[in-house]
Amino acid sequence: MLVPLVLVISFLAFCLVRVAPGGPFDKERAPASPDIERNLKAKYHLDEPMWQQYLRFVGVGFEKRDGEWRAFEGGLVRGDFGPSLKYRNHSVNDIIAQGLPVSLSLGMLSFCFALGVGIPLGVWTAIRRGRWQDHVGSFFSILAVCIPAFVMGPVLIVLLGIRWPVFPVGLWGGPWHVILPAITLGTYFAGKVSRLTREGMSQALQSDFITTARAKGVSETAIVLRHALREGLLPVVTYSGPLLADLLVGSFVVENLFQIPGIGVFLVNSSINRDYTMVVGLVILYSVMLLTLNLAVDAVYGLLDKRVKYG
Amino acid sequence: MAEATHQLGQALETGESPNRRAWLRFRDNRPAVVASVFLLGLIVLALAWPLISSRGDLHSEAQFAAPSGGSWFGTDVHGRDLFGRVLAGARISLIVGLVGALVSLVIGVLWGATAGLLGGRWDNAMMRTVDVLYSLPSIIFVIVIITTLEGVLQGWLESWLGGGSGETARMLLLYAGLGAVSWLTMARIVRGQVLALRERQFVEAARSLGLGTWAILWRHILPNVVGVVIVYLTLTLPAVILYESFLSYLGLGIQPPRASLGSLIAEGAAQINPVRIYWWMIVYPAGCLAALLMALNFLGDGLRDVFDPKADKDR
Repeated sequence: MLVPLVLVISFLAFCLVRVAPGGPFDKERAPASPDIERNLKAKYHLDEPMWQQYLRFVGVGFEKRDGEWRAFEGGLVRGDFGPSLKYRNHSVNDIIAQGLPVSLSLGMLSFCFALGVGIPLGVWTAIRRGRWQDHVGSFFSILAVCIPAFVMGPVLIVLLGIRWPVFPVGLWGGPWHVILPAITLGTYFAGKVSRLTREGMSQALQSDFITTARAKGVSETAIVLRHALREGLLPVVTYSGPLLADLLVGSFVVENLFQIPGIGVFLVNSSINRDYTMVVGLVILYSVMLLTLNLAVDAVYGLLDKRVKYG
Repeated sequence: MAEATHQLGQALETGESPNRRAWLRFRDNRPAVVASVFLLGLIVLALAWPLISSRGDLHSEAQFAAPSGGSWFGTDVHGRDLFGRVLAGARISLIVGLVGALVSLVIGVLWGATAGLLGGRWDNAMMRTVDVLYSLPSIIFVIVIITTLEGVLQGWLESWLGGGSGETARMLLLYAGLGAVSWLTMARIVRGQVLALRERQFVEAARSLGLGTWAILWRHILPNVVGVVIVYLTLTLPAVILYESFLSYLGLGIQPPRASLGSLIAEGAAQINPVRIYWWMIVYPAGCLAALLMALNFLGDGLRDVFDPKADKDR
């Protein structure tokens, strides 16, 4: 399932960026003479017909090299996204290899923040459903959903970075640098997780097996933690796949705001600069991440809920 | 509360319509009522402000003026009144959100209803497609689509209409792109509803009377899914607005001199520096965006309570 999907996605992305007018060499500093441009295009094989370029990108096929027919080198099937057209002398793989660890660690931290704040808040509001704790908690979780990262970021920078300089406001270094970006990125998702948890938990707490447990005299703590949580968290588990992917994807605002050297920044820039290989490479990277995460979620789902059957 | 219950009882006795009962239940939900009043006020103000305001978008000498009696929200980098700018931004955000949500509504309802009605192999194929689209990074595709297709569309507009501006192209792409990524949930919900409705007796009666598939869909099934559709439309709206402001923040959405809430926040964030803090340039647009989104969320939740029969249990 994964492989054909990735091929379809790569084909779509490939066609999409090629349809666009303008090319990667349009904005060069000196106006390139037609000769130079032709040479550049030939170097990156942009002068070939589209289908040939795509086959070369995927890495399936043959070309005439040094007078002999040989198979393409590199290509998607060998895990090679090709050279970047804008950042010369860097391959797309290099750039991803440099930026991805940074983006991943930022995403993981925000993920922990979102779950660590969201789940307890959701459970708390579900237990106190209809009372003032519920109203206050629910208000804050809705508020969090309504404050996107590009609002949270500047506010945090102004308050905790400039007005009261508790945290450094930019760059990427020690653990202190991570906190503000992680909170900025995680707040929206914490609110979402909390709302999902509240919904799932209140439904779980109303179900028959909880009434049975209560009748048998199980303590309220054990009911919540051992019985209800297992079922109440299922929606959160379903959501956590797209959530993690969103954290990795949505990070480009935060990376931009805090000047973090991740890969998110490249996506926007390279699609404006028509850096074909870079765009296609990143789109494939994100899609593969999302697809794998969704598969992982399905697996976890089966572990938590024995009624789920596959096939 | 007691009075409302009394009214509800009366409504039941006199056999008032479900719509009337739904309205009574909605009126009981204070956050939703406050939210709708706020939304109405904001819409009216945003539409009427250009007529009321004498100054409009005029540039003044006072760059970065703090909020005062003259300009309630202060002024921006070009000395424009921020209050008017925020209202203009809210207007554009609302328009883009509304049109985007409507695009998603049309696609989602048609897709879901067709899948549910045809059933069998068609249903399977159409819903698997939705599953696949769900697993794609939608916002990335929107970004790529907007950056790549803008030039193409602009060329078309110019050749067709003679003088189509880049702005129109950008707006059309925004509507289409945002709508095209937000219809998936709508399609799933509508399909579920249609599957349930399809088996009901009134549909069977219509079929035995010889009505065609499309007539049944149009006359008997769609009117019955309107409630759910309205609820999810209200919940799609804030999502689309959020997307739009996100894109505008990145500089891919609304272009200056026009303002959207996202681009206003971006302008404010660009002015952050350790020397002097122009807090109003972030706080007011951001506050407006947050309030708008919250109001829409509360309204959506309220409508869901009204239209979703399961909500009765909790009350």
